Amino acid sequence: MQLKIHYYALMREQAGRSEETLETSAGTPAALYGELVDRYGFTLLREQLKVAVNSEFSEWGRPLEPGDAVVFIPPVAGG
Amino acid sequence: MRFRFTDGPIDTVQARRELLDLGAGGYVSFEGWVRDHNEGQEVTRLEYEAFQELAVKEGERIVADAMRRFPVKHALCIHRIGTLDLGAMAVWVGVSSAHRGEAFDACRFIIDEVKHRVPIWKKEHYRSGDSGWVNCERCAAAPNHIHEHA
Repeated sequence: MQLKIHYYALMREQAGRSEETLETSAGTPAALYGELVDRYGFTLLREQLKVAVNSEFSEWGRPLEPGDAVVFIPPVAGG
Repeated sequence: MRFRFTDGPIDTVQARRELLDLGAGGYVSFEGWVRDHNEGQEVTRLEYEAFQELAVKEGERIVADAMRRFPVKHALCIHRIGTLDLGAMAVWVGVSSAHRGEAFDACRFIIDEVKHRVPIWKKEHYRSGDSGWVNCERCAAAPNHIHEHA
């Protein structure tokens, strides 16, 4: 299935892009992150991240649907 | 909108005006400024980036939480994005209420929660020419280190 992924901050720099549409068999955000670590060598551990699906915080085990928009959220630092 | 972003200077005069209320006996505000140092490094500028769609939702939820917890009249938070020079205002929080106690409490609650919960990131640029994403680089270095010696 196809997913839309947006990257921010350190992950945007490590992926070398701010967004992409990806063909993947990953059924959950957790599986997808594993796939992307292999592809881009992200240094952040999954335990350090949160994940959003369709612009709302999500569980890592949530089943993904075709067309979902996924954002991995590195440790935040507003203010 | 009780939480918003701006890519230009924060207009605190306008922001304060949004909190005016004849039932309010006072107003508390917090301004976060770009500091010239952090954790032993000389900082020369900051870059802020946000996942705006979710950040605005989460920011609105924080202000709503604050207004449920503390009996205040109005509350508003404005955050900058983009490149900021030293001394620039990165964030503004304002709260008006009948009495001062809850205004201080709500203002403190909002800035603390914004720092912890809202998907905003900042990259520090250092005098040395180096740069780093706050809260991301050092914690990211640890697993690499472990990996190298595994």
